[in-house]
Amino acid sequence: MTLDFTAILARWQMLLDGLALTVQLAAVTTLTGFLIGTLCAIARRSDVSALRWVASVYIEAIRNTPFLVQIFVVYFGLSSLGFSFSAVTVAIIALTINVGAYTAEIMRAGFDAIHPGQWEAGECLGLSRTQTYWHVALRPAMERVYPSLTSQFILLMLASSVTSQISAEELTAAANFIQSETYRPFETYIVVALIYLALSLAMRVVFWAFGLAVFPRRRRLGTNL
Amino acid sequence: MSVVVLKNVKKSFGSLPVLHGVSFAVAKGEVLALIGASGSGKSTALRCIDRLEIVDSGEIEVCGHMVHDPGLDLRRLRLDVGIVFQSYNLFPHLTIKENVTLAPRSVKKLDRRAADEIAMQSLQKVGLAEKADNYPEQLSGGQQQRAAIARSLAMEPKVMLFDEVTSALDPKLTGEVLKVIEALAASGMTMIMVTHEMGFARRVADQVVFMHEGLVHEAGSADILTNPSTPELREFVSNDL
Ligand SMILES: Nc1ncnc2c1ncn2[C@@H]1O[C@H](COP(=O)(O)OP(=O)(O)O)[C@@H](O)[C@H]1O
Ligand SMILES: [Mg+2]
Repeated sequence: MTLDFTAILARWQMLLDGLALTVQLAAVTTLTGFLIGTLCAIARRSDVSALRWVASVYIEAIRNTPFLVQIFVVYFGLSSLGFSFSAVTVAIIALTINVGAYTAEIMRAGFDAIHPGQWEAGECLGLSRTQTYWHVALRPAMERVYPSLTSQFILLMLASSVTSQISAEELTAAANFIQSETYRPFETYIVVALIYLALSLAMRVVFWAFGLAVFPRRRRLGTNL
Repeated sequence: MSVVVLKNVKKSFGSLPVLHGVSFAVAKGEVLALIGASGSGKSTALRCIDRLEIVDSGEIEVCGHMVHDPGLDLRRLRLDVGIVFQSYNLFPHLTIKENVTLAPRSVKKLDRRAADEIAMQSLQKVGLAEKADNYPEQLSGGQQQRAAIARSLAMEPKVMLFDEVTSALDPKLTGEVLKVIEALAASGMTMIMVTHEMGFARRVADQVVFMHEGLVHEAGSADILTNPSTPELREFVSNDL
């Protein structure tokens, strides 16, 4: 067997475009997914049983069905409701819904780990529930589950390859196209796998740097909460 | 005029009755020491005053707020009441100064400069101004407890509640915290303190309330610690010596 990468590397522009979309999908849905996930974690810990119930149904439904099926449900669901969103928009919606459910469980564990005395201290100082979540609980909760969050959002970036199935032109879609043109599937997917690997490592670095910025206490003292 | 009044307060946890009808009152500027064996209901009484527990029956009035009333404006009650616990409960991710400015900024909506000023004043009162930029874990237990007191003081409460604030500290650190509380008492702050420090209670308290099995068993001036009239208080005081 001889490996020949020339035809693939000649299509670097296509790979770059795919990579750019993958990065965009990952970046946008990390933010939207974190937002949805955190709100659902709060809903799941709420005193209002209807909120708890809605959040639980959402979380369990997503965590117990395959992502590919979820994408199709969103894709065909939206179009049968008469919406005509672009493949990228549908991909963002589906990825957000998916990662939001996993993030909700991670953040819930983080909030649950906050000592009751912390909530009470916030309450006694006159902070509202929302203010206590925002000022007292959010950052320590995030800090505690930060390794899990990092892994989850890297998984999300990798899972974005599935959106090639609804022809979002991200990295895997680019690979599919290139291998059909070059008849060099093995080399194509090796190259793409290496790009994904590099992207995962880059995300780890970004998350590490972001962690330094949001957890100044850890930066200064070097200790975990 | 009384700042805090409890009238026949009853409270159970499930089927466990804890307060059987507790009554006492604290006048403005007065220091009340709440003493009694562990499990006698001191913390529960204190927590009822700040509405951390809801009474089953009876009345609690704090600075004009009807605490037993379900329609109570919790936020305004909490503006008037400061409470400090045995376990400091400082926010670990915030510096001491950020701990102290958090409530003035987000509850009272003060701007950064005004909040910083108040924070530094309260930290000075507890002798911690130079620790403002440290994190709680960098402080000793006594310093953390003083920081917690400063955090409460920064909200300028009308009454302060202390629940065994020195019980987790060794004698030396206990001394530095008690000194802060004593200075606070001298400045005219109305206070209720649950304490096991009998010498301190004798020195600082205007009124001593001895709780026994969920009831006020004996109450009076600090003299009752020297001359108890009930056998229960006599035994409690002698155990402590
Ligand atoms: N949240 C609670 N749930 C159930 N029982 C409680 C709770 N808080 C206190 N108790 C019980 O109430 C009694 C009085 O407790 P507490 O007020 O803490 O007494 P003290 O502060 O005098 O030691 C104890 O028997 C304690 O176990
Ligand atoms: Mg107690």
